[in-house]
Amino acid sequence: MKYLAIAAGVFCATAVAAETPELTVYTYDSFVSEWGPGPQIEKAFEQTCGCDLKLIGAGDGAALLARLKLEGARSDADVVLGLDTNLTQAALDTGLFAPSGVTAEYDLPMAWDDDTFVPYDWGYFAFVHNVGMDAPGDFRSLAASDAKIIIQDPRSSTPGLGLLLWVKSVYGDEAPEIWADLSDNIVTVTKGWSEAYGLFLEGEADMVLSYTTSPAYHLIAEEDDGKTAAVFDEGHYLQIEVAARLANSDQPELAETFLKFVVSDAFQSVIPTTNWMYPAVIPEAGLPAGFEKLSQPEKAHLVPSADATAVRDEALAEWLTALSQ
Amino acid sequence: MLKLEQVEIDNGGFVLRADLAVPEGGKIAVIGASGAGKSTLIGAIAGFHPVVRGRLSWRGEILNDAPPGQRPVAMLFQDGNLFPHLSVAQNVGLGLNPDLRLNAAQSEKVREAIARVGLSEMETRRPAALSGGQQSRAALARVLVQGRPLLLLDEPFAALGPALKNEMLDLVQDLVRENGATLLMVSHDPMDARRIASQVILIEGGTAHPPQATGELLDNPPPALRAYLG
Amino acid sequence: MADGAQPVGHRAGLVAAVLVAALILGCLLAVFLRAETGRGMAAADWAGVRFTVVQAALSALFSGVLAVPLARALARRRFAGRRLLIALLGAPFILPVIVAVLGMLAVFGRNGWVSLMLGWLGLPPLQIYGLHGVVLAHVFFNLPLATRLILQGWQEIPAERFRLAAQLGAGPRAMWQLLELPMLRRVLPGVLAVIFAICLTSFAVALTLGGGPGATTIELAIYQAFRFDFDLARAAMLSCIQIVLTGCAALIALRVSRNDGFGSGLDRPVQRWDAAGIAARVLDGGIIVMAALFLLMPLAAIGLAGAPGLHLLPGSVVVATLNSLLVALASTGVTLLLSMPMAITIALGRGRAVELAGLLGLAASPLVIGTGLFIVIYPLADPFDLALPVTALVNAVMALPFALRILVPRAQQVVTRYGPLALSLDMAGGPFLRRVLLPRMRAQIGFAAGLSAALSMGDLGVIALFADPERATLPLQVYRLMGAYQMQAAAGAALLLLVLSMALFWSFDRGGRWHAEA
Repeated sequence: MKYLAIAAGVFCATAVAAETPELTVYTYDSFVSEWGPGPQIEKAFEQTCGCDLKLIGAGDGAALLARLKLEGARSDADVVLGLDTNLTQAALDTGLFAPSGVTAEYDLPMAWDDDTFVPYDWGYFAFVHNVGMDAPGDFRSLAASDAKIIIQDPRSSTPGLGLLLWVKSVYGDEAPEIWADLSDNIVTVTKGWSEAYGLFLEGEADMVLSYTTSPAYHLIAEEDDGKTAAVFDEGHYLQIEVAARLANSDQPELAETFLKFVVSDAFQSVIPTTNWMYPAVIPEAGLPAGFEKLSQPEKAHLVPSADATAVRDEALAEWLTALSQ
Repeated sequence: MLKLEQVEIDNGGFVLRADLAVPEGGKIAVIGASGAGKSTLIGAIAGFHPVVRGRLSWRGEILNDAPPGQRPVAMLFQDGNLFPHLSVAQNVGLGLNPDLRLNAAQSEKVREAIARVGLSEMETRRPAALSGGQQSRAALARVLVQGRPLLLLDEPFAALGPALKNEMLDLVQDLVRENGATLLMVSHDPMDARRIASQVILIEGGTAHPPQATGELLDNPPPALRAYLG
Repeated sequence: MADGAQPVGHRAGLVAAVLVAALILGCLLAVFLRAETGRGMAAADWAGVRFTVVQAALSALFSGVLAVPLARALARRRFAGRRLLIALLGAPFILPVIVAVLGMLAVFGRNGWVSLMLGWLGLPPLQIYGLHGVVLAHVFFNLPLATRLILQGWQEIPAERFRLAAQLGAGPRAMWQLLELPMLRRVLPGVLAVIFAICLTSFAVALTLGGGPGATTIELAIYQAFRFDFDLARAAMLSCIQIVLTGCAALIALRVSRNDGFGSGLDRPVQRWDAAGIAARVLDGGIIVMAALFLLMPLAAIGLAGAPGLHLLPGSVVVATLNSLLVALASTGVTLLLSMPMAITIALGRGRAVELAGLLGLAASPLVIGTGLFIVIYPLADPFDLALPVTALVNAVMALPFALRILVPRAQQVVTRYGPLALSLDMAGGPFLRRVLLPRMRAQIGFAAGLSAALSMGDLGVIALFADPERATLPLQVYRLMGAYQMQAAAGAALLLLVLSMALFWSFDRGGRWHAEA
């Protein structure tokens, strides 16, 4: 009798588990925080999927990939959300990811034809400054001006790496020269975005490396229109953030469903005012009021992901040499 | 009988030899020039300096390797005989149970000992609140409750004035007589030796000589002792 | 003593040291074993090593040298608010790096208070960024710790010695020769070694105040190896270099430091008769005011920035606060369980290896240790479930060197002074521990506990690798708030963290109160 009861209990437990499958999504920290998209996304997806969506934050994009590499094929993750195009090739090389069948009418500044990674938002790196400043229009005039900037270290920060590739894409072999000229404009280099942005808000510099969408936060959440992003004529570097499912997922269908959900209206409409980026597919209702006031770069740069590692290593060496003197 | 047979004591490179016996109940002064090895001898009996050769025994039981606390020895040092953070009663109580878990009978014994040395009013005081003589009395009260058959004194009263020191020596003498203990005391004052000790161990030239009658030795000192006595 | 008789055993300390070493070295080994072949050390890495050593050595030197006059001034003077000042002195040390850096820059930055005042005088703003900025920031972090440790050295000189010196008519100079210099010889090398070790693993401070990639430290190179190249072998190799450097510093410190104590007295309150002259008073007063300004202004900046943000704190901060408190208390317990036996072993003169093991936790890169733990734990359990215990453990190991610096000198004193008496009373073992050692070390235990609790509150440690949103600690929550543009709330949370850390520190430190009046 007793055994029967235990057996019944086990059966019920598995039955319950089978009824609500669990989908584990690894993402970066700020995505899951209560001000990020996480809570709303979780609610919206769970309404339709009949599952339990577990969002797990693990550092930033680069830390996320390192973590996946550490865990390898045994990882509990079904989906990873938060890599960007600088990391996709390295991610692909791990062999941990599986292609998806998701397609959508993307509103990206460039064509998207990757069948593994699904883009969910994007933004331009840019220097944010206070309204009223006579901001330079390109890197050369920035270097020539006496404007003070704070940037992030490419070795520990995603925007920092973006800036590195930005200068390299625009100036190619002249990049070292640009960096050498910029060196007296750079107040300091920080470990991450938070430190840099915090120092900028304290008035330590005239400009800080961030996104063209950063002023939207101040505009919408704080009703402060005192911040804007400088538009550089030579174009801005793109960051496209992507999601993908893992080959060893024990919930392949659910993972695929989630990726489809990522490009749907329910997901995309949450992104602008929680992740403060442009949605990959503009929702039916359009962008939130305020986004139309943001600076609009004319030209977008992006190093193809296949070349990202090689370009990155070269650019980093140049950067270190130019700024270490 | 306390026996040191062909003993060699190592005190950080200094070696002291001793081949002697002390009768039970004896009152022995250990005399010698400064640095001769008086404290080394006492320290070895107490277990603080290793006996590297020979046999050290008490009532036939070999003590060479016994830990200090498990020897039949109560000892008072030159200073620092009391723990400053413990009260007089606690310091005395340590002699009965080092963990101070005392039963009623033991507590009573502590009180009696404190009364015996004349500190009844001061049981709860800390050492810092006692005079030098009172500190010595408190330490002696602990010796009393320890009830060990061997009492070793390494000049614990050296800092006291002559009258106070004599008072302490008399107290020691009384205590020793009351429980029949054997006393070894380091001294550099022959008057102390005459006052309390029936025999003297003379230490010179790296050797502790067997006990000799106090009066005899001091009246007819050998050359080394004569030089020391001046 | 016969057969090396000792009032307490030394084995427990050896066991604790072996555990610590096994934990740290095991993590390193795990990272090595998990590594695929990497590209080895690059020239840039060696440049990082050089910069790291230079900045750590300078930071230790300046912190130590400046702490001596400050500690002396505090030891010689009695004034209203002295206790509060000494307690507040602990604050910079326990702040999360990002908060402290923002506080410092609010005062010394280009747009800081000092530059503002210079501007009124028509002078250019302060140039804080560069090697001097790194050293300044590290002095800000470590001067208070150095001061506390040296002050403790002063307080361990028994009142009797001061009385004797005063009786001999010793003025400040003679007092210095007779008592203070020998004390410093004993205390200072260890203090310098600990600060050197802390600064070796500095990363965000060195980079931000250093002003650019010229200020690349080993820890940043480790970051790069881990995140950029996923070159675990290089990361582990760099951490080995950190450990070797710390080991060298520790060996030098142990060699230089003299272990002749002062004997002990009867716990009379310390009263001093020297330094009553006007010049000495002005000097001490000036030093105290300057140091207080230097250390308290950034704290004030943090307070001013945080106060308006306090009402913005979201509910998650409450959870994070509870987590942090839990972790801090647990890690304090572990620190004491490890450090007391280790301190005893060192005090018994069997300590060289133990002392080195104690420094390991500080020497090794937190990122590498965290990764190593992750690699070890991952096959066995869900790392997220173990986030808080692991954080508590790692924090405890990192607090160990500080605890040892606090506990060892006193333990040595107690063992030499009361060992023979205790042995003759057959109090060896438990009774000696309970009746003599612990009571005589109460003040030091309280200080060590307070410091490790506060350290654990403020330290990000390895939590970032393990934490999911429900298990964040308060410092991590500060970072997350900042990452979400919530700068005001982040400042509020940072202030909360500062206040809580101070409160923890204060209550432990008070609990084990020193002489009645110190």
